[in-house]
Amino acid sequence: MASHRDLPVGLVNHLFQNTGSSSFTEFVGSYAPDLLPRRDEVLATPIGDQVPHATTIVAATFAGGVVMAGDRRATSGNIISQRDVEKVFRADDYSCMGIAGTASTGIEFARLYRVELEHYEKVEGRSMSVQGKANRLATMIRGNLGMAMQGLVVVPLFAAYDPDRDEGRIFSYDVAGGPYERERFDAIGSGSIFARGSLKKLYRDGASADDMAMTLIQALYDAADDDSATGGPDVTRKIWPIVSVIDADGFRRLSEEEVYGYVQQMLEARLISPDGPIAPLR
Amino acid sequence: MPFGYASPEQIMRDKADYARKGIARGRSVVTLQYVDGILFVAPNPSRALHKISEIYDRIGFAAVGRYNEFEELRLGGIRYADINGYTYDRSDVTGRGLANLYASNLGRIFTESIKSLEVEVVVAEVGDTKEGDAIYRLTFDGSVFDEHGFAAMGGQAEAVAGRLKERYRESMSLADALEVALTALTEPGGERPPVGQLEVAVLDRNREHRKFLRLTGARLERLLAQTSKSPAAPAAPPTTPPTTPPAAPPQGSGDTPPPTGPEGDVDDGSSPL
Repeated sequence: MASHRDLPVGLVNHLFQNTGSSSFTEFVGSYAPDLLPRRDEVLATPIGDQVPHATTIVAATFAGGVVMAGDRRATSGNIISQRDVEKVFRADDYSCMGIAGTASTGIEFARLYRVELEHYEKVEGRSMSVQGKANRLATMIRGNLGMAMQGLVVVPLFAAYDPDRDEGRIFSYDVAGGPYERERFDAIGSGSIFARGSLKKLYRDGASADDMAMTLIQALYDAADDDSATGGPDVTRKIWPIVSVIDADGFRRLSEEEVYGYVQQMLEARLISPDGPIAPLR
Repeated sequence: MPFGYASPEQIMRDKADYARKGIARGRSVVTLQYVDGILFVAPNPSRALHKISEIYDRIGFAAVGRYNEFEELRLGGIRYADINGYTYDRSDVTGRGLANLYASNLGRIFTESIKSLEVEVVVAEVGDTKEGDAIYRLTFDGSVFDEHGFAAMGGQAEAVAGRLKERYRESMSLADALEVALTALTEPGGERPPVGQLEVAVLDRNREHRKFLRLTGARLERLLAQTSKSPAAPAAPPTTPPTTPPAAPPQGSGDTPPPTGPEGDVDDGSSPL
């Protein structure tokens, strides 16, 4: 294991003596800036199409919490580069983030963001407020703007349970930051237009977590139906979307079996009506 | 600075005496293994200023002595752990690495500074099995002790360690381990600290992600009720591990927040500084 002993004495002291803010990102930025997601370098040509992209993420609130789901496809241009990629990440006990756009940058963000939240929690002895969490994520996205202009765009969707309000909250971002709080539901990624249309028709106020998980799986299917970069349920390989539920009991990622239950139900219904459930006209 | 000559031996002895006296003023903290991991117990009148803390996924920290000094060690440890976990992988952060960092820092301050730190620290790491558990006790001069089963530190540390040694058994249930810890922390015939003045935390190997869990409020009271029902029954059947949902959302102020911090940071006038 490499450790502090590889570091010059001055840096070891820095660990102890430079007590700044409770932000891990700020600390690491002054201590070892090369560990942070790349910020300022500008590439000669945009390489956006050559690195894998993650696509559709959907999230919706329910009574007392929030559900987030993501498909499993990563694409490089018109090539499917991975079929079982994970793009919904647990951030802490009460929040999660999904990423769309450049997969590598997104995964790096998710990893750093988790440490950021935990670091604050351990140092301060309390967890960050939901708005604080959303703002920290916005700062990280803003820092990536230069790379985004070069085609390495990453956009997260953030969902958290707010214990003060006893409800789920959803925040979305653009490449320049955000955060924009969303009522009820939101979707990001190339399939998001189709998913959002689907969610608009299927969302019900005050629904259960169970119903909302089903709604998100329907929305992802609709996105995959019309967007080639979004993957549908892979029946032969048994690869299902990732579904995470956050409520007062904390973050929970549904098991393969649970998700399969929803997927099977949906697929059977789609055999009869391929466009899915029909919303009432009046 | 004093005028005249003092031998290096004398200077070191004086520093060590000074640190020992400072540490002995506070109350003790007990760390011990139980069937599902490692338990920390500290009498602590403050609810906000902790003697026990999470450092990383599997690593906990407990300290006695001067609050500002061990708080600095705690922050340094969290930074060390978060940096290494982010640079490599979460599994690459080890209790041994952290103990070494603390040891070198404590040792350097002991030899180079006029005043050594008045702290004693435990770094504990929970493994997947009880064989993987580790408890390192570090003293003010940077010595590291690899403890087996249990460790006591602070004022009356020897007496507390003696009582721990008598009662400690391998693979105790959580309630039994808490009972043993409280008995060890209480002088024979003395009164146990009330619930509101106990700081209790565990590293529970059965938890997901982060193993550290502070036991407070109703959960701690339930656990204490279990201990008083069966006072140190040696053959108590292993109780089922307590359900451990993620830490409760931050709550508002409690009913009786004592205004004082852990001993050590309160200047009682007896400090030579």
